[in-house]
Amino acid sequence: MIAYIVRRLLHAVPILVGVNLITFALFFFVNSPDDMARIHLGVKRVTPEAIAKWKEDRGFNRPLFYNAAAAGADKVADTIFFRHSVRLFAGDFGRSEDGRDIRREIFQRMWPSVAIALPTFAVGILVYITFAMLLAFFRGTYLDAWGVVACVGMMSVSTLFYVIGGQYLVSKLWHLVPISGYDAGGLHALKFLALPVIVGVVSGVGSSTRLYRSFFLEEIGKDYVRTARAKGLSEPRVLFRHVLGNALIPILTGVVVVIPLLFVGSLIMESFFGIPGLGSYTIDAITSQDFFVVRAMVFLGAVLYIVGLILTDISYSLADPRVRLE
Amino acid sequence: MPFQLVFLWTDVLIYVLLAAVIGFGLYAARHEHLRAPWRLVARRPLAAAAAVVLAAYAAVGLLDSFHFHARLAGGDGRYSAEVRSLLDVLAAPLRARTEKTYSAPFATHAYTKETVEHPDGRVAREYPRLEHGGAHLEDPGGRAADIAARAALATLAGLGLWAVAVAGLVALRRRRGETPASVWRRFARGEDEIPWRTLLVTLGVVLVLAANAVGLSFYYHVFGTDQVGQDVFYRSLKSVRTGLVIGTLTTLVMLPFALLFGIAAGYFRGWVDNIIQYFYTTLNSIPWVLLVAASILSLQVYMANNPEAFNTTAERADMRLLFLCLIMGVTSWTGLCRLLRGETFKLREGDYVQAARALGASHGAIMARHLLPNVMHIVLITVVLDFSSLVLAEAVLSYVGVGVDPTMESWGNMINGARLEMAREPMVWWSLTAAFVFMFGLVLAANLFADAVRDAFDPRLRK
Repeated sequence: MIAYIVRRLLHAVPILVGVNLITFALFFFVNSPDDMARIHLGVKRVTPEAIAKWKEDRGFNRPLFYNAAAAGADKVADTIFFRHSVRLFAGDFGRSEDGRDIRREIFQRMWPSVAIALPTFAVGILVYITFAMLLAFFRGTYLDAWGVVACVGMMSVSTLFYVIGGQYLVSKLWHLVPISGYDAGGLHALKFLALPVIVGVVSGVGSSTRLYRSFFLEEIGKDYVRTARAKGLSEPRVLFRHVLGNALIPILTGVVVVIPLLFVGSLIMESFFGIPGLGSYTIDAITSQDFFVVRAMVFLGAVLYIVGLILTDISYSLADPRVRLE
Repeated sequence: MPFQLVFLWTDVLIYVLLAAVIGFGLYAARHEHLRAPWRLVARRPLAAAAAVVLAAYAAVGLLDSFHFHARLAGGDGRYSAEVRSLLDVLAAPLRARTEKTYSAPFATHAYTKETVEHPDGRVAREYPRLEHGGAHLEDPGGRAADIAARAALATLAGLGLWAVAVAGLVALRRRRGETPASVWRRFARGEDEIPWRTLLVTLGVVLVLAANAVGLSFYYHVFGTDQVGQDVFYRSLKSVRTGLVIGTLTTLVMLPFALLFGIAAGYFRGWVDNIIQYFYTTLNSIPWVLLVAASILSLQVYMANNPEAFNTTAERADMRLLFLCLIMGVTSWTGLCRLLRGETFKLREGDYVQAARALGASHGAIMARHLLPNVMHIVLITVVLDFSSLVLAEAVLSYVGVGVDPTMESWGNMINGARLEMAREPMVWWSLTAAFVFMFGLVLAANLFADAVRDAFDPRLRK
């Protein structure tokens, strides 16, 4: 098991190098450091000295990939790509445009993101599985048919609608919770967290319920279920003991992989509800065209995704005894 | 010539797509194995209804895809710098009839108070009459009756159009020795293979709604006006093309790569497979919003530094739209590539592939003639299933600020521009509502249609 995880982590290295290459190509090839300097210093009336200083401050005054002027190993090492990649792997994301340390920012903003994303995720899965079980239990009836129609209807609605509608209904019309904001302190935080979590869960009901229902129905058609019924087990017992356990395996595939990504938060939720998490951090970086933060978030997202893939495989081997990690 | 044609990049791709769809339709009509699953789709009442709605959206989108520069008045042969589309010409009254600022749907008075000078010299602070909305009314109190009368007229016109369509259809489907009445009975009772009843009811609803919207929009702002006084109905119509382009071109521009790489990985295995797998795992491991954000950011910088590459704002916006399609295509491409690779893995061991190899067919010929046709159903299912999520994604991306160009009409831009309007008092709800309603109609129809296509083409579901 440990050998497997180590090997998977080693596999991750070339992928992360590739991710780096892609962002590097986007930010340095399509636009040279000079272009970026001009954007940040203002396109018009910018002196060459100012550009040179901007590049100097950020270490961009080196060649991109190959430094012909340097000696020995420095030919490759003393380049923008190498220096920045190595730093990213060491977890040093550099500084954002306003001069703050990106890594510290990430560690601070991670927790509000988790505070929203984790409850949304956990409550969501419980709700979706419950609804899907309900539809599977009443399969073939009008309840099932209309339930599926409702699911298709709900998944055809934009997430933005759920957010705006939820804010309007709950906060503006009923005055139950504040429209947006965040408070780190204990119980007080609950009133800020309630609405984003509810909206997050509701916006996923349509697609997830329908997907899980199809997983359940696929299992229900299998032989072992018929055997269980033939033994004389009651329908709820068949569903909960036999079908649920087996249908969890396909559900796991889609679910475990996103757990690490919960740290990155949701862009829409955080910006609408004013949560000072990583999602809104990313949006701010996008609107202020802060390449360093966007690049750091891309790298972080890729790392977490790969961790998620490894976790998925491990959870497989735990849930399904037929799967062995080798 | 009174106009000078403009071919934007996305226009050309839309024409290509249209030609491909028509070509495929003609080809499929002559081959039973292709026709059979489509017949299954056509038999589903919901799919038929969805197809009618999709066709209505497609018609609007196509009208908006023929662009030109109009000739300037004055006779010296110069053309306007503005790029217009056929839809703009048809909806010219809508576009031209702008107010000062917000006004509610069917309103006759403005949303904000203004200082108005009356003819008798009295100056008062009040809600002024709109310049265009309900301007034909002498007395705004008679608005309800006027709307009802015009709606009734429009409904009649819509029903008239519908009757013409039905008559044409009856004539078309008449068998030898059948009276039109019996054809109609066949339709009404659902005795035909295709669910005409649902189809015709949907067509009727669409036509009546369209007739009402068009008829009333000459006299009122059906969906109100936005902050700068533009008609929201017109903006929603213009957004249809953006939504359709994102939904269709995104998967299509990357399709050749997905096909080539997916089939090659599954067919050659070994090191080819390893490289392709590495390639798409890398792309896949970047969260897609961030990949799109990073790409659009660098495009913005590129455009800011190279303004000379784009002649008009329309071209610039179009380039960004195409680029957005490309980069979103990269993210959806990986999923399709993986599916194709898996399917080819299975197919390459099939007897017919072995036979072709034994007969000395080249790798290229085997992939193109034997493997490609057998994975096309996966491509089709992916394309239709992705459509609705792409349309929804556009709204989210535009909201985040990395979607289509801010000057381009899109539902995402409408929502983005209107999200603070809910806080106004009285609330400005119409822009948001219009964007959501139009988007919901398209996405729901696409979802229902995609389900039918998947059920008909997926061999695992066909029992």
